[in-house]
Amino acid sequence: MITIEDLTVRLPGFSLRDINLRIEEHDFFILMGPTGAGKTVLLEALAGLIPATAGKIFIGKKDITRLPPEKRDVSIVYQDFALFPHLTVRENITYGLHFHKIGTAESKKRLSCMLELLNLSHLQKRVPTNLSGGEKQRVSLARALMVNPKVLLLDEPLSSLDPGFREEVRNMIKKLHKDSRATFLMVTHDFAEALSLAGKAAILNRGMVEQIGSIEEIFQRPSSAFVADFVGMKNLFSAEFRGTKTCIDGLEIELEREPANSHGYIAIRPEDIVLSREILHSSMRNSFSGTVAGVVDQGFYYEVKVRVGKTVFNSLITKSSLVELAICEGSDIFLSFKATAIHNF
Amino acid sequence: MKKEPFFWVTVSCGFVIGAFILLPLIEMMTAPSASMLKKTIQDKEVVKSIWLSIYTAGSAASISFVVGTPFAYLLARTDFRGKRLVEGIIDLPIVIPHPVVGIAILSVAGRGHWLGRLFEELGIRIMGSVTGIIAVLTFVGLPFYINAAKSGFESISPRLEKVSRSLGASVVSTFCRITVPLAWRSMLVGIIMCSARAISEFGAVVIVAYHPMIAPVMIYERFEAYGLKYSQPVAVWLVFICLALFLILRVLTLRRPRQA
Repeated sequence: MITIEDLTVRLPGFSLRDINLRIEEHDFFILMGPTGAGKTVLLEALAGLIPATAGKIFIGKKDITRLPPEKRDVSIVYQDFALFPHLTVRENITYGLHFHKIGTAESKKRLSCMLELLNLSHLQKRVPTNLSGGEKQRVSLARALMVNPKVLLLDEPLSSLDPGFREEVRNMIKKLHKDSRATFLMVTHDFAEALSLAGKAAILNRGMVEQIGSIEEIFQRPSSAFVADFVGMKNLFSAEFRGTKTCIDGLEIELEREPANSHGYIAIRPEDIVLSREILHSSMRNSFSGTVAGVVDQGFYYEVKVRVGKTVFNSLITKSSLVELAICEGSDIFLSFKATAIHNF
Repeated sequence: MKKEPFFWVTVSCGFVIGAFILLPLIEMMTAPSASMLKKTIQDKEVVKSIWLSIYTAGSAASISFVVGTPFAYLLARTDFRGKRLVEGIIDLPIVIPHPVVGIAILSVAGRGHWLGRLFEELGIRIMGSVTGIIAVLTFVGLPFYINAAKSGFESISPRLEKVSRSLGASVVSTFCRITVPLAWRSMLVGIIMCSARAISEFGAVVIVAYHPMIAPVMIYERFEAYGLKYSQPVAVWLVFICLALFLILRVLTLRRPRQA
């Protein structure tokens, strides 16, 4: 368990103030927040790479606030991989073993296990420079986990990867978390990542914690206007998947492809939902009739809330469409969206 | 395509500069006859002075390496108030006129200064000694090493060191296993620059120690006493030996095997 008590870190031009967090052992905890919120500073303070000005950090019952980074059992994985360019993949991965009392047999076993787990065996003699982003990040993960850390810190590990590699590494991180005993703490700004990986999360803003809770809770019940704005994605529903269909509160929705998981979430951007007076005969496979539950002026756009059964969808339309469709609270309306507009995770 | 007149201006400037640098050097290198060169290198005094030059410049570079490396690392990795001032102080020996350096060193090494008296009690002589020459050469060469090493350290991402620390390496292990292997090229360039600067020093040395005679002082003395013809062969040998030494140093360090 990681306990952070009233942690304050003062740096020139930035400070992290009164951070209080409790992260359960073997949890997968997500830190989110806009650029400059202090996410990386918090990670580096946990790793001992930036000194704490005030407050305490515990891992289990041990106070590590004043310990140097090498005595903390906290590994870190950076967005830019930070692989040692003068060492081979294998030397990178085994780097930490030089400083831990581990027998040759045990370290060999760990290495082959790690190479296999992260599918790196064929790369072990290469130098990092010519590896792909996904390969680099896998090496970085292997290097961090070789020393059996109590805590693994991940600083936006997926954001510098090509979209193709992103899912692969994300699934790998999920698997590594399942297989290891370490507590994972990851910084991200991607909600799809957060939802597919995390148990709990905290939102950071300007060096302070805005909200702590399960991802779902943060999404559905933002505690402040900042968090509500930050989570942005308005139509988020937990869903059961059956083939290419999904069910949310009795509504059957058609997906583009069959998801790999049976239980998860779907999200639809408000601007992807089309409103109409008559039922539309188009390529859009999802069409429902509902009633307008509210209209909110958003400046250039109007946000229209439409209730379909027990579910409320948010849609964005222009002022001219609003007038044309004569939308007002209580009026009946059709809403449609393409199967491709649905994000599922 | 027709070139602009400005292009021809730039090219002609290049030729003028090239000729300006190379012409005197080539003239000097080719002036002494082979027999003259042979006779010169058999002269024990010449060999002694060239050897002293190499030895003192090498010592200055070693001292700069030992003392300068940690300090260059500190300058590369930390920000503090007055850092610009400290960097300015490091650069002072580059801008101060050479004889002034000699006079400045003598003014703390003489009997009029407590430091000079302390040295005397310890039996260390600066005036007219090898120690004095090394002190002067270190003074003028140190900035070149520190600046080169510093820019080498600055080019390494601090994240690499942070990762190393988090994997269990202490500050010293991290420095030896990560920082130095990545910065050694810059450090080597620094050592070469520092020794090259030291070996060419004349003005400061001649004030602190005319004897024992380093090669530049000997070249000057031959020129004063016997004229151009007798100073040229010594100069040629000094240039040859220095170039050879730097080349060997470069080749030795570049031939380090690299894993595929």
